[in-house]
Amino acid sequence: MRHGTREYSLWTIAIVLVVLFALIPVLWLISISLKPPSEIIDQRFIPASVSFDNYKSLFEGGIDGSPFLKPLINSIAIALITTVIAITLASFTAYAIARLEFPGKRAILAGALAIAMFPPISTVGPLFDMWRAIGIYDTYLGLIIPYLTFALPLAIYVLVAFFREIPWDLEQAAQVDGATPWQAFRKVILPLAAPGVFTAAILVFIFCWNDFVFSISLTSSDASRTVPAALAFFTGESTFTEPTGSIAAAAVVVTIPIIVFVLVFQRRIVSGLTAGAVKG
Amino acid sequence: MSEIVLDHVSKVFDDGYEAVKEMNLDIADGEFMILVGPSGCGKSTALRMIAGLDDISSGELKIGGDVVNDRSPKDRDIAMVFQNYALYPHMTVRENMGFALKLAKVDEAEIEKKVEAAAETLDLTQHLDRRPANLSGGQRQRVAMGRAIVRDPKVFLMDEPLSNLDAKLRVQMRTEVARLQSQLETTMVYVTHDQTEAMTLGDRVAVMRAGVLQQVGTPAELYETPKNLFVAGFIGSPAMNFMPAELSGGKLKLPIGEIDAGELAGGRGDGKVVAGLRPENFEDAKVAGDELKRERGVTFEAEIDIVESLGSDLFAYFHIESEGVESDQLADLVGDRLDETGAANIREGEEQIVARLDPTSEVKRGERAELWADTAKLHLFDPESGEALKAS
Repeated sequence: MRHGTREYSLWTIAIVLVVLFALIPVLWLISISLKPPSEIIDQRFIPASVSFDNYKSLFEGGIDGSPFLKPLINSIAIALITTVIAITLASFTAYAIARLEFPGKRAILAGALAIAMFPPISTVGPLFDMWRAIGIYDTYLGLIIPYLTFALPLAIYVLVAFFREIPWDLEQAAQVDGATPWQAFRKVILPLAAPGVFTAAILVFIFCWNDFVFSISLTSSDASRTVPAALAFFTGESTFTEPTGSIAAAAVVVTIPIIVFVLVFQRRIVSGLTAGAVKG
Repeated sequence: MSEIVLDHVSKVFDDGYEAVKEMNLDIADGEFMILVGPSGCGKSTALRMIAGLDDISSGELKIGGDVVNDRSPKDRDIAMVFQNYALYPHMTVRENMGFALKLAKVDEAEIEKKVEAAAETLDLTQHLDRRPANLSGGQRQRVAMGRAIVRDPKVFLMDEPLSNLDAKLRVQMRTEVARLQSQLETTMVYVTHDQTEAMTLGDRVAVMRAGVLQQVGTPAELYETPKNLFVAGFIGSPAMNFMPAELSGGKLKLPIGEIDAGELAGGRGDGKVVAGLRPENFEDAKVAGDELKRERGVTFEAEIDIVESLGSDLFAYFHIESEGVESDQLADLVGDRLDETGAANIREGEEQIVARLDPTSEVKRGERAELWADTAKLHLFDPESGEALKAS
């Protein structure tokens, strides 16, 4: 019992330390974003006075005037489109890899892994030239294509791992129970595959959302520039003021969708949902 | 009526492997039929063909008089219990059991009634709202059975339903299955690799080996008159003992003595044969009555290697000099069945024999003992084909 209590408190301390380590920069960011410009360099962790001016400045002037709003829309749209396409294609691929025997199966997985390992920066130069030549430079498509290149292998890997865990006997059990193949898929397999699909979707979405390299290199205007790249183009109120406050505010704002995304789907990603399907 | 007829049914897989060869089997309405055989003998494939989960390569399958070769599983009105239960993990026990009825668009109240009734039968009432993950192995097994019985199907198919349970539970569930079948009076096809299950459960047992149906009969028929070496070695525990023997001039020479061949030879001329004798057909010569010894059988001496006393039975292991019995059919038994007989320490040029003796016998390990063998119970087989010489 004593041993247990001690172990428990050690774990608690360790967890608190890790959480603090991860959260302090975020708290700091929030702190900066809430300070008026004059106090930004006052070295206080807790702002002396709280102002939401930095946040207001982000959205001032509507779509055309704000330096932030259009990139935010771009980010959401591009990440969502990529996620939908990647998950759809990766589901087919992963299903085939997990369930069917066909030549070249290992090659596909190995290829996917190789691509996932490839450093994105080395593709940026050629892509820049190619995209300008074929006219998709600074468009949604110009970003979605390279995102898909890296998101697909990631999604395939995650989904294959999940699909392999699904007890496929259940599909047959459902058929014997009187289900059509479609009913068996929709009522039995899909609910079991859902956590995997959501996990893959979140990972792909976060990957697209966070990308900086492609966005900064393959865009030139707010037509398709995403938030991480747009932050780099923020300007202060005058030539002599740093845009630190508004960058911090923007950084906080772009973190929110990710947090919401994860919180909403967290309950779906309960591992061990498939436990208990087979034997004992 | 829901009899099942397999008419020259074969299954060839894409890679050319022939899992089931020309299988003919008539299963009567309400009959409890067991398919038994070592792993890889095609018994599960046969069951899956009846279920419609595997295509039939050639031949005809009839359920209740209709050819169902091209019907999908859902149109065959069958229920199946899978080896690993295949419960739906995202549904409660209640939903698992009602799933088939829900698909069949039975109304809610009716489903509820049937599920409750089945739960009652299987003692699952207090678990209805739990998920499979929170149930024990035996409970999951009962849910799998419940899922089958609520549907009141034409045919029950069971694919080694008890093999994932521990020994004690297996025996308990075995009686449960038997009770259920006699209560429901539904045709049931039950696949197992365990000959004990086959012998205790079935109205009739079909023994399979390497995709070929070997013999179909009641448990007693299979035990008394096995058609070939494989069936003889597979049915019965401990397994039948085999020894080489030779027919010459109406005499049968066995490693344990010589007897008049008489009826046993079934009209066969001189030559080598394989003799089989079940463990219970041996007895301690001191225990066996003198009259019995004079009347028939042979008495011989052997050095006892191991004695296993189980209280009600006493098993004595000894060996006889012989060049061994070789047969493909027996080779298939090595592994599962041979392990089961405990004949693990076979020595070169010797044959291990198990004898079931009277528990009052005083044979001792490492000592020579006088044993008596009831040769009237001998089974003789052709060493080439493995067929029984006198199949009555």
